[in-house]
Amino acid sequence: MKAWLPQTWSGRIYALLLLSLALAPFVLDWMKQPFYLDLLTRALIFAIAVISLNLILGYGGMVSLGHAAYIGIGAYCVGIPSYYDYYNGWLHLALALGVGGGFALITGAISLRTKGVYFIMITMAFSQMAFFLFVSMEEYGADDGLVIYSRSEFPQWISLDSAFGLYYWIFAVLLLALFFIHRLVHAHFGRVIVGSKFNEERMMALGFNTYRYRLACYVLSAMLCSVAGMLLGNFAGFISPDMMSWARSGELIFMVIIGGVGTLFGPLIGTMVFVLLEEILSAITVYWHLIFGIMLVALVLYGKGGIHGWLSLLDRGGGGRG
Amino acid sequence: MLELRGVETFYGTIQALFGMTLECAEGEVTTLIGRNGMGKTTTVGSILGTVPSRAGEIRFGGETVSGLPAYEVAQRGIGLVPEGRQVFPNLSVRENLVATAANYSDSDDPWTLERVLDFFPRLGERLDNQGSQLSGGEQQMLAIGRALMLNPRLLILDEATEGLAPLIRQEIWRRLEQLKSGGLTILLIDKNIDEFAHIADRHYIVEKGQVVWHGESESLLGDSSLKSRYLGI
Repeated sequence: MKAWLPQTWSGRIYALLLLSLALAPFVLDWMKQPFYLDLLTRALIFAIAVISLNLILGYGGMVSLGHAAYIGIGAYCVGIPSYYDYYNGWLHLALALGVGGGFALITGAISLRTKGVYFIMITMAFSQMAFFLFVSMEEYGADDGLVIYSRSEFPQWISLDSAFGLYYWIFAVLLLALFFIHRLVHAHFGRVIVGSKFNEERMMALGFNTYRYRLACYVLSAMLCSVAGMLLGNFAGFISPDMMSWARSGELIFMVIIGGVGTLFGPLIGTMVFVLLEEILSAITVYWHLIFGIMLVALVLYGKGGIHGWLSLLDRGGGGRG
Repeated sequence: MLELRGVETFYGTIQALFGMTLECAEGEVTTLIGRNGMGKTTTVGSILGTVPSRAGEIRFGGETVSGLPAYEVAQRGIGLVPEGRQVFPNLSVRENLVATAANYSDSDDPWTLERVLDFFPRLGERLDNQGSQLSGGEQQMLAIGRALMLNPRLLILDEATEGLAPLIRQEIWRRLEQLKSGGLTILLIDKNIDEFAHIADRHYIVEKGQVVWHGESESLLGDSSLKSRYLGI
């Protein structure tokens, strides 16, 4: 076996998933199924948002019920400048990172002084504040939303205009996000975050100002999620406050749980399964929410570790080292 | 090096420490002994700032540390081996040791991963195992190693040998003796008085949140009524 090939069954499956995602546009184009390319593009954007949520929820133990706010903020950072005919992509990106990070810094500084259910409630409250702020902004469409007539403009080689181009740039951002999270959680910073999740008092007794570390982690996660929002605004061509509702935040949490909390590839596979199941079930019956709900409850009750947990059983069952 | 003067600590409205007073001299091993629930771990929490005291003063290295957040107290050079070991279960032995390493005492010859592995060779054999995959004794060695990697000036061990087999306990005492001979100041909270009395210089017996007796090992070991009255042995 070549050394660069994944050594475990789960590793091979994740590598296959990434390879499939890389080839999907060509296959779908050959099959003349542009709808499914759109579906995959949307799934990849949500995967980036879910990866960002997993950083604080999975690795840091901070259960935020307001993470969708950053999707909305990122999307409005494309929508509002575009409304004034500012289509510069770098401006949109800088705004998404700056506004998303700034909002997270202010709200995180307050939220992280609480724990457990209080943290969940306060993050939801801040997210709802953002939601109602945009609902009240009639200039930008209020709850009707805002149409974006042109995508963010980058240099020619980063064109987002074609469905193919947009897909592959989103895929590149996803790969960068995975690489960034992998490096972050294996660095000193990530170890302090993971240690704080298990025993914050212990980490403080070891000399770490865990509040600052957790706040930095919260802000980084929000900035990454805002980038996902920026991509969603470009992809959908339409933004509305619904993007940041607390129900959307709940869906993001479900995607993390389905895939596997605190794992690198869990959020990606969890998002894929969530989005595809939503699509397949809704095509079968109008009562798909009920079936979907039962499946999610069963998964939470019996699928500890999510899909990543099941795949890890393959590694232990033989066939691969690891 | 460490002084507590009239420390009073509460859990909500319930008072746990009533004027706790003790002193750890530099390079000595001081013990804090007493029955369960008498305030030993609360004293440790008050020193570290994880259970802040409401009255009295805690001084370390000549500076007042009472009222400081726990991470600032630790940064002044107090390393804790906590009750229940509390190694990070999802981090490997190497990560447990390296992730939080620091040189809080500005030592010229700091503890490094290699030095800790020389000190506890068992850990070297389990370097890539996760904290949760270690035996109780190995976890205890890891907890001590992790505290040493902070290069503390004072090492506090809270119930360091609880639940360990006698052979492992002996191993721990031998290592502490080595640390003492290296000049490290140690505050020891434990119940196995007969096993560690030979390495200790000074003892404090705690009863209902305050010190009821203090003295040297000879006095304590020679007074069986003292041991039966306050320690139940």
